[in-house]
Order: sequence, then C-alpha cells, then structure tokens
Amino acid sequence: MAFVTDRKRAAGLGSTKSGTEQHWHMQVTSVILLVLVPLFLIAFGPVVGEDFAAVQAQFARPFPALVTAAMLVVGLNHFRHGVQVLIEDYAQGTTRHVLIIAMIAVSYGAMLTGLYALARMAL
Amino acid sequence: MADVNRGNRPLSPHLQVYRPQLTSMTSIINRLTGNALIFGALLIVWWLLAAASGESYFAFVDGILTSWFGKLVMLGSIWALWYHTLGGLRHLWWDSLRGLEIETAEKLGWAIIIGSVVLTILTVIVL
Repeated sequence: MAFVTDRKRAAGLGSTKSGTEQHWHMQVTSVILLVLVPLFLIAFGPVVGEDFAAVQAQFARPFPALVTAAMLVVGLNHFRHGVQVLIEDYAQGTTRHVLIIAMIAVSYGAMLTGLYALARMAL
Repeated sequence: MADVNRGNRPLSPHLQVYRPQLTSMTSIINRLTGNALIFGALLIVWWLLAAASGESYFAFVDGILTSWFGKLVMLGSIWALWYHTLGGLRHLWWDSLRGLEIETAEKLGWAIIIGSVVLTILTVIVL
C-alpha cells in the first residue's frame, strides 16, 4: 500500500514529460527515413539475386555500404521506438517490460550484425 | 481517499464497437506494416551476414531469400516499406496540423493505398 494520494500518484505523468521526447524521436527518424528508403532501395535492390562476387563487390563500394549502414541504424532505431508503442498499447505489467527489453535487444542485435557484415565486406 | 477499484476500471470502447472506416483501417495497416517490417529486416541482415561469411553459406541463405517464400516476404516488405513511408508522411503532415478534415484525411488514405501499390510495382520493374 503506497502512502500517497491518487492526485500525487498521477502528478508528473502527463504527456508533457518523456512522451514528447519519444514523439520527436519518431519525427526525426521518419524524416530521415523518407530520404533513406529510396536510396536504400536503389543501393540494395539491384544486387538481390546476384552471385556472391557481385554482392561482395556491391557492398565494397562506399555508396551502397554507407546507405545500407544508415538504413540499419536509423530504421532499427525507428522500429525500436515504434514497437514500444505497440507493446505499451496491448501488454501490461511484467509482460510489457519483458517484451520491450526483448525488442530493444532484437533491434540492436540486428543493427550490430548488419554493421559487422557490412564492415567485413567494405573494409 | 477514493482508492477503490485501482487498476481494475472498465476500458473505453475499442475497435469492436466502431464501424470500420478508411481512416481507421489505413491507420491499423500503418502500424501493422511498420512492425511487420522487422521480418524483412532480419532476413536482409541474415543475408548480409552470409554474404560476409563465405560463398557456401551465402549460397544457402541466398537460396532462401530467392525462393518463392523469400520472394514473397521481399515483395511484401517492399510494399510494407512504401505503405509505411507514405503513412509516415501523412503523420508528419497531420503533425503540422494540416489535412485533418475528414474529407482530406480520406483522400490521403486513398493516396497511401494506391501510391504504395504503384510504387511497389515501379520498384519491382525498375530494380
């Protein structure tokens, strides 16, 4: 039993706190992704279905490597915050926390794996 | 203090009590596409890792990516990517307090649906 009144318990939890920060983060990443998505499709699209040597040669070039790296970093950061909104809408309590942490791990895991693969091909 | 029924209050009416509308459906699909894109993303990351690992492993993963199932996931991801991009553009437009009239919002909804299909076909043809 918490010794605080209902009003005190609710104070400071309004949308003017960290909620705006997350919304701003989604706006920033979505604006950047508006540019990155077409660039990524141009860099990545033509090489799908090509052979091993062609794929390695493609990501050894700076433009495809950098655009794909940027897409991974910004895209998966955008996903990390977006999926958190989804989870917070449908899951409560411990399940919510476990799912959010798991999705953060998946986002950064995929990001790091992709960057490692790109680094091996580009450098 | 009134502290009865804490955390056990009735929820406000949700999806099941509303007639489906273009605005709500396009919003639901926007959430769906955005979150489903993780599957395409993970497949591409796996494919990139294979390309950096070696020729035989790449052949294995590339075989999955270019199989009928892999192609289906990729095609779905291209459409989801365009849909979510256009849906995000609409959100940015709404955030600037424009396009919020019902008539305009519905037009924007159709623009997203038609635009995403057209851009997907263009992407498949051009690339």
